[in-house]
Amino acid sequence: MSELTLTVMRLGFLAVLWLFVIVAVQVIRSDLFGTRVTQRGARREGAGRAAARQQAAPPPQRAQSGGRQRRGAPTKLVVSEGTLTGTTVALQGQTISLGRAHDSTIVLDDDYASSRHARIYPDRDGQWIVEDLGSTNGTYLDRTRLTTPTPVPLGAPIRIGKTVIELRK
Amino acid sequence: MSSSSNSHTSTIGAIGAPSRRNTELALLVFAVVIPLFAYMNVGLAISGELPPGMLGYGLGLGLLAGVAHLVVRKFAPYADPLLLPLATLLNGLGLVVIWRLDQSERLQQLGKASFGAYNAAAPKQLLYSAIGIALFVAVMMLLKDHRVLQRYTYISMIAAMGLLLLPLVPGLGKNIYGAKIWIQVGGFSIQPAEFAKIVIAVFFAGYLMVKRDALALASRRFMGLYLPRGRDLGPILAVWAMSILILVFETDLGTSLLFFGMFIVMLYVATERTSWIVFGLLMSAIGAVTVASFEPHVKVRVDAWLDPFSKEVINQTGTDQIAQSMMAFGSGGTLGTGLGQGNSDLIGFAANSDFILATYGEELGLAGVMAVLLIYGLIVERGVRTALAARDPFGKLLAVGLSGAFAIQVFVVAGGVMGLIPLTGMTMPFIAYGGSSVIANWALVGILLRISDTARRPAPSPAPNPDAEMTQVVRP
Repeated sequence: MSELTLTVMRLGFLAVLWLFVIVAVQVIRSDLFGTRVTQRGARREGAGRAAARQQAAPPPQRAQSGGRQRRGAPTKLVVSEGTLTGTTVALQGQTISLGRAHDSTIVLDDDYASSRHARIYPDRDGQWIVEDLGSTNGTYLDRTRLTTPTPVPLGAPIRIGKTVIELRK
Repeated sequence: MSSSSNSHTSTIGAIGAPSRRNTELALLVFAVVIPLFAYMNVGLAISGELPPGMLGYGLGLGLLAGVAHLVVRKFAPYADPLLLPLATLLNGLGLVVIWRLDQSERLQQLGKASFGAYNAAAPKQLLYSAIGIALFVAVMMLLKDHRVLQRYTYISMIAAMGLLLLPLVPGLGKNIYGAKIWIQVGGFSIQPAEFAKIVIAVFFAGYLMVKRDALALASRRFMGLYLPRGRDLGPILAVWAMSILILVFETDLGTSLLFFGMFIVMLYVATERTSWIVFGLLMSAIGAVTVASFEPHVKVRVDAWLDPFSKEVINQTGTDQIAQSMMAFGSGGTLGTGLGQGNSDLIGFAANSDFILATYGEELGLAGVMAVLLIYGLIVERGVRTALAARDPFGKLLAVGLSGAFAIQVFVVAGGVMGLIPLTGMTMPFIAYGGSSVIANWALVGILLRISDTARRPAPSPAPNPDAEMTQVVRP
């Protein structure tokens, strides 16, 4: 064997060995798992269910439907009472599900909430509607228990168990 | 994304790892191709033609890796994707380098002179690898859940003691070159300590899981260290005494260091107290110095470590192995002499087992040795990562113990061969010639894969409950 061939093989072998190490490290890098902060705000309900099944939740899709929104329409949903006080969700035309089920948009940690308690969604005109999903303890808009899907005025308290939610600008 | 994230609800949840079996397969193919390349390289360098057994070795290694992969795919689909390829690569490289040393005329003559005939080591090593993979497959198939091992905490203590004491049994034990760490069964020499390290990891994990609160909490603070209570020192003293006894009666520094080190690592992980490490280092230093001062075999090893090139030491030990090994590392330089073109066979006896790293050092140079050490490091990293991901404390401790044992073994052997610490009678996992080592380490990798499968498996989806609206799920 010529000296040149052997030298090329020697260096080539070292290169291949290191390539393996580098590939292995790349696998580790792509394999990091553990806890990840998932943005759940903009997830659609249908997608939400599917995403809860598949473990790695895809990054939320940013549905820009701002052009359709009317002036004076609410832009965010705020939890004003209960354990989740202070949580806000941007309203971007998506359906927001509320309940104890862990795939809900807002997961209520509330003894009086059902697993799929209620949902809040925009109708065709962009008016936000709250609908009770047959919950055990009911959903209240102001003081009245909901029986049918009802439009939500700005700032009106929606009460689910001990949790109070409002739509705000 | 981050600018608007505060206006969204954030949920922090565990992301289950995908199963990554195809990644493993791709890496595994890579890990079989590299040793084949090395094999070709050795053949071309030594005789100028492709080695005749190339197809056989390639198929053999590929078959073993393929079987292991299929078994993992079937029985541990979520296991770590890296452990198997890394171990396969080391085993394959080991086979090639052992075969390369088989070709050395110097070693063949030495073998004929001392044993009457020279037995090629590579085919035997391939057989041992096959047995190792078979044990790996058995572990995968029979050990459905590593927590089963927890039931055998104290039985494994007795078993480990038994394994460690076996070489001292007259008639069974065999004294090879001063260290009594082998037993002779039939025509085979077995190193029981290799198996004992797995069994004793089970014992330490089960024991520390129960006792860790007592060991961690009941302590006084003194000069920044948590001093354990006197009675809590019991177990560490017992393990220390045992490792000293091994050192005195079996005259093997490696085994002794392995067990004590393993215990300290697991104790530290279980209790999070730095003071244990300080105590452990002090105690092992005291023990080693004391024993070295009166035990002749250990003393010779220490002398050979302190001054490997002196005539006196070489006459005393009857071999210049350490000196030759260091010369091999030195002459390898940065990029090495190339596979099959070094003179590491000058080491003579044990060139393909204890001293095999010197051949890597000479023929692959610093670059190659660093790559090999990094591969060992990655195996240990995956073990520790498995421990982090494991949900049960027993699995955590067991994974830490096994990867710690692996790391200590690599350190002890590599350190011994390079002259950092006194040489011991242990072998480099996977790459060195030796049946017990290869077989036991494949079993070790099997248990680690089993733990990582349990750790990475996504939580089962809750069964649909018709009363879900009425009842509340209480989560732990």
